[in-house]
Amino acid sequence: MKWKYSNMRDAFGKTLVELGRRFPQIVVLNADLSSSTRTHYFEKEFPERFWNVGVAEQNMMGIAAGLATTGKIVFASTFAMFATGRAYDQIRQSIAYPRLNVKIVASHAGITVGGDGASHQMHEDIALMRVLPHMTVIVPADFFETRSVISKIVEMGGPAYVRMARTDTPEIYNENYEFKIGVGDLLKEGDDVTIIAMGLMLSKAIEAAETLGREGVSCRVINMSTVKPIDEKAIEKAARETGAIVTAEEHNVLMGMGSAVVEVVAEKYPVPVRRIGIPDVFGESGESEELMEAYGLTTENIVQQVKAILANR
Amino acid sequence: MTDRLDYLRDLEKVIPELEEKALRARKWILKMTTEAGSGHPGGSLSVVDVLVALYFRVMRHNPLNPRWENRDRLVLSKGHAAPALYAVLAMSGYFPEEELLTLRKLGSRLQGHPSMLSTPGVDMSTGSLGQGLSVGIGMALAGKLDRRDYRVYVVLGDGECQEGQVWEAAMFAGHHRIENLCAVVDKNKLQLDGATDRIVSIDPIGSKFEAFGWNTIQINGHDFRQILIAFREAEKVKDKPTVIISNTIKGKGVSFMEGVVKYHGKPLTREELKMALEELGGDIQ
Repeated sequence: MKWKYSNMRDAFGKTLVELGRRFPQIVVLNADLSSSTRTHYFEKEFPERFWNVGVAEQNMMGIAAGLATTGKIVFASTFAMFATGRAYDQIRQSIAYPRLNVKIVASHAGITVGGDGASHQMHEDIALMRVLPHMTVIVPADFFETRSVISKIVEMGGPAYVRMARTDTPEIYNENYEFKIGVGDLLKEGDDVTIIAMGLMLSKAIEAAETLGREGVSCRVINMSTVKPIDEKAIEKAARETGAIVTAEEHNVLMGMGSAVVEVVAEKYPVPVRRIGIPDVFGESGESEELMEAYGLTTENIVQQVKAILANR
Repeated sequence: MTDRLDYLRDLEKVIPELEEKALRARKWILKMTTEAGSGHPGGSLSVVDVLVALYFRVMRHNPLNPRWENRDRLVLSKGHAAPALYAVLAMSGYFPEEELLTLRKLGSRLQGHPSMLSTPGVDMSTGSLGQGLSVGIGMALAGKLDRRDYRVYVVLGDGECQEGQVWEAAMFAGHHRIENLCAVVDKNKLQLDGATDRIVSIDPIGSKFEAFGWNTIQINGHDFRQILIAFREAEKVKDKPTVIISNTIKGKGVSFMEGVVKYHGKPLTREELKMALEELGGDIQ
């Protein structure tokens, strides 16, 4: 398929500026990556409401918590690795436990970070964030969904984690799209099988569904952008109506979105499920697309897994 | 905005009153931890005089309106000293003193470590060490941004200063000259496993903060005159944050607890409690 590409981080940075004009209580923190996470746009327009804490993510999360106790809507932004890995205990103790209004918006998640290699490729962030009580976990799939997600979390009280990629991503939606927290977006109806995808895997899920459609397999496609609270109804309905589910995510195959889907399926309406994700290994350097292929995060693999699940049904 | 109390006035009258409050708080600390069967009496007894000075003389706060926007804030970064904070909050009127005996029990508002969602008057949830100074910075920045004149107090332990995040925060606060922030290091010289000097020394702690751009004051943390003068001096410093190095004795007030490391995280037995209360002049009336 021919996709038009754009960057989620630009959507985040520009939306944050627009929201900053409407909500004077928005403040933004960054840890020496403001040009990478695009919070430098906010800094330029609202320098008094922006702090760069330097290379000190733990301190950033603590400062974010303190600001939030006074009624500020706080955005804390850095790479996914350093946000959820380096500062995990700070998020747990100082943000999630006291349910403070801090929005952790992280970029450079997943293997598509590319050349930086395993130290910077965060495949565990969804797992870490979704086990925290009070935390909402969202993975937008493209530029337009990111815009809508950022607007919606400002209106929601309490902590949230939003995961973005470094790379440009295919445009799936347009400016009319409205994201709803906790609701999986049904992109395509289908009866034979459901593909549930998030983030960078969504465009590949759509492509796989088209390929399979040409071969007479009717695929339902759901964008599960809210990993927590997950849309149990949509999952149960998919299990009941299509009888098989394939999940696809650019995250460790353990304890990510696919695992969340399996938890629901196992308890509500057991049907066969296959999970596509990064195998339980650390990443490596390479080009984004090369890495996606090397680790099975491809349209072809989704097609294959759908065929395999249908063959064994 | 409300004018601040000149808390150095009438010290001859005020200090005996504060000493009376501290004595009562000490009894509560011992009673509630023994009743709970767990908790941290040693570091609660070392820090309680500073907390009494803050809540009964220095801080602008209102127990009838715990979320008052202009109140001074306190972050008990050494969250294991929760019994001292709870005693002082209850005595201030945030909740009934009898409730102190529910500490650490299932369903109690008084969690083992401070929880702002549970307990009226608790400004921040703490317990995992090293995080409070960063939180205090966030509160102080918001105060400056909103042109509010509240002050933020963060109370740290000396062992806690081994945590790296303390120094990330110290560097930031010094760089940004956050003068509405005042830290207190409760330097009782003991941590769970033994003497701080023997495990990993934090000294010279004052010079370390000074090197990070802080105003530093050294006091005897059991002398109310020194405590009050230090807080007043901290308020007057307009271009940098202040840290008060509060030299204290772990287990202060009970002869057989003073300087004894095992009372870091172990409450008194009922027999020991009886002895301790006798030494402190009898049970709470």
